[in-house]
Amino acid sequence: MKKLLLIFSTLGVVGLTESCKMKNTDAVVEGGAASKVYVAPGKYDEFYNFVSGGFSGQVSVYGLPSGRLLKVIPVFSVNPENGYGYSEETKPMLTTTAGFVPWDDQHHLEISQTNGEQDGRWLFANANNTPRVARLDLTTFKTAEILEIPNSAGNHSSPFITENTEYVVAGTRFSIPIKNEDVPITSFKQNFKSVASFISVDKTTGNMHIAFQIALPGMSLDLSHSGKGPSSGWFFFSTYNTEQANTLLEVNASQKDKDFIVAVNWKKAEEYVKSGKGTKMKTKYYHNTWNEDTHSATSKVEDEVIMLDPSELKDMIYMIPCPKSPHGCDVDPSGEYIVGSGKLAALIPVFSFTKFTKAIADKNFEGDYYGIPVVKYEAALHGEVQKPGLGPLHTEFDGKGNAYTSFFLSSEIVKWSIKDVKVLDRVPTYYSIGHLCIPGGDTKKPWGKYVIAYNKITKDRYLPTGPELPQAAQLYDISGDKMQLLLDFPTIGEPHYAQAIPASVIKDKIAKIYDINKNHNPYVSMGEKATKVVRNGNRVDVYMTAIRSHLTPDNIEGVFLGDEIYFHVTNLEQDWDVPHGFAVKGANTAELLIMPGETCTLKFVPDRVGMFPFYCTDFCSALHQEMQGYLRVSAKGSNVPLKYGTGSSVAASDSGAAK
Amino acid sequence: MNKRNLLAVAISASMLLMYSCGGGNNEKPVTDETPNPQPAATTEAPAADASAAKGVGKFKTVELTHPLDEKMVKAGQSIYDVKCSSCHKTTDEKLVGPGWKGVTDRRAPEWIMNFVTNTDEMLDKDAEAKALMEVCMVRMPNQNLKDDEARSVLEFMRKNDGKN
Repeated sequence: MKKLLLIFSTLGVVGLTESCKMKNTDAVVEGGAASKVYVAPGKYDEFYNFVSGGFSGQVSVYGLPSGRLLKVIPVFSVNPENGYGYSEETKPMLTTTAGFVPWDDQHHLEISQTNGEQDGRWLFANANNTPRVARLDLTTFKTAEILEIPNSAGNHSSPFITENTEYVVAGTRFSIPIKNEDVPITSFKQNFKSVASFISVDKTTGNMHIAFQIALPGMSLDLSHSGKGPSSGWFFFSTYNTEQANTLLEVNASQKDKDFIVAVNWKKAEEYVKSGKGTKMKTKYYHNTWNEDTHSATSKVEDEVIMLDPSELKDMIYMIPCPKSPHGCDVDPSGEYIVGSGKLAALIPVFSFTKFTKAIADKNFEGDYYGIPVVKYEAALHGEVQKPGLGPLHTEFDGKGNAYTSFFLSSEIVKWSIKDVKVLDRVPTYYSIGHLCIPGGDTKKPWGKYVIAYNKITKDRYLPTGPELPQAAQLYDISGDKMQLLLDFPTIGEPHYAQAIPASVIKDKIAKIYDINKNHNPYVSMGEKATKVVRNGNRVDVYMTAIRSHLTPDNIEGVFLGDEIYFHVTNLEQDWDVPHGFAVKGANTAELLIMPGETCTLKFVPDRVGMFPFYCTDFCSALHQEMQGYLRVSAKGSNVPLKYGTGSSVAASDSGAAK
Repeated sequence: MNKRNLLAVAISASMLLMYSCGGGNNEKPVTDETPNPQPAATTEAPAADASAAKGVGKFKTVELTHPLDEKMVKAGQSIYDVKCSSCHKTTDEKLVGPGWKGVTDRRAPEWIMNFVTNTDEMLDKDAEAKALMEVCMVRMPNQNLKDDEARSVLEFMRKNDGKN
């Protein structure tokens, strides 16, 4: 999104200055706004709002309408708050063919659907930079699976899903040579391809698998959305740089009057795959899965994909011309209308699925793009929203026949009627809105009630915090004819797309603890009786338990410089909201945060002889401060026997424990 | 721990509470055997006969088995090892919580079942449980035992107390 800032910098500054003068906050926030967002202490919000973290790589969860931050779910970046990416069990989640990637860029989210409606089982998230798709489990609010996408670079038009979550898509924003051969950059037109991946999702487990990839001509796949209802067998991708420029895209990719919406008949693609028309291609990508029974992740390296070539396989792909570098590509709840938002266009084209299929049947084409038929613009067009605003980006729907489009340049949300493409209402945003979200607003059944704007610029909105300011969300009531601004609140990272779902769909399915009896971590201690310290060469495994308010063992001796120590800490608590933390002085790896019934592992390699205190870092009880212990590290070769315990077992050894 | 000791402990606990809260009411000492005649701070005096109190929860009557159900004893012991032994010894020695020796004499089976399965409400409402918290200074964790698991633990306690 920052690129848009660059593109429009001059225009934008003028626009902002103007809008600041005109749009006074006092004039916009009207009576009753406070009472509409007030959620009394101890009361729950009505909606969960899952918001992408952009450059933070994480997903944050807010309650609506209060805007209260409920949780940050680590997905594509390490997270010091709960040890994600630091503990031995979680490290495989962030492993890729490029090695361990600690920080990525997370843009879009999609909640799983059944019959085109949110079912609240999983949340899908994309990693933009090192192309990956993640699946989050909405009973645990944890990342359950991460799948790397080969033949991709800049996984932007992702992770949008089909209406029964059959597939998650991943479209590459950068075209690249298909096997990443070493070729001149200027050979873009000959060698570069845009690959769209279709990832199948197991109905029961949610496990992801790359079912097939489609090698499209070189261009940039930007955003996408599935068809629904009548158009449910189709997927629509917006594109830019159909000029195929490889430098100064700001100018060179803005030459043509129109780029395309790529319409993929994925049912047809499925048939081609089933009948063996795809080419098996050797490649390499990581598939990381979290196991809730062992509380640990494993990585598997996959080595093959099936590639489909649209220049040979007919009736699978069609192009719809779309004005001026379209960004958002959004399908209305009926599945009939496809909205393309040209970033540089002064209108919003709305395409009709019925007319589009008729154009194909009538062969009403204006030509082809590398062998892919291009239907005539007018033949597929339902209508154009004239002079809606400047810089249209994304559109969501309220299920009442209205569309809501965000306008980056003119900093506003515009409500318009789909049927007669007429503007109905507009409200300012503060400032420079990117994405927007209506609960269920991209599904067959929007819940409506609110639209949330995700803004890039906050400038004068909050107390200043130095050069780095937060991005922000703004909440509007859309239950009436006129949109009403209710609230704004700063966000984590830079929010791009977001999803909102009624809390009632999710909240009663939430996991509260891990059943200790189902803990199959290989290093679990099933009760204090099972705690031990085991030496194997220079590896020392400490099987430790934590319960209010002591660690067992809490005195450990007979460990030497040069040893690698693994603390496997099992939290024996079985009550909701009683995690324990674990930290060792000088551990340059991490700390741990261990949920009730869970086992986590911290690797510690002491770099000196001496005493290494350890303690619980998460306030757990009145005697939390007492929850501490000592690890004694002795010089290599010294005559200190291995000894460990808590309480009487250690007290008994006291007399003989002096040097 | 016999009743007399328990009362003594309750009183010293009350003193602790007074110290930390900086005050209390002026009830008479619960017993004249207290080593230090400080006023008690508990608003709810322990029940006259603790072993008869059934506690707060759904268990109103618990049928005891004679002889002991050895299968339950065994199940109770494994639950004890994983979920209870960190804080409770099987002797009368206090670790974090009281030792279990004699617990089935001190407490009604219903009280034990209610405390184990309905821990938080017991700690908030039951006078005996509250008194214990003042002694131990740690809220007993709710270890999420199912009813039959709690019953097995009770059987293990009875075995530990030599019941049959």
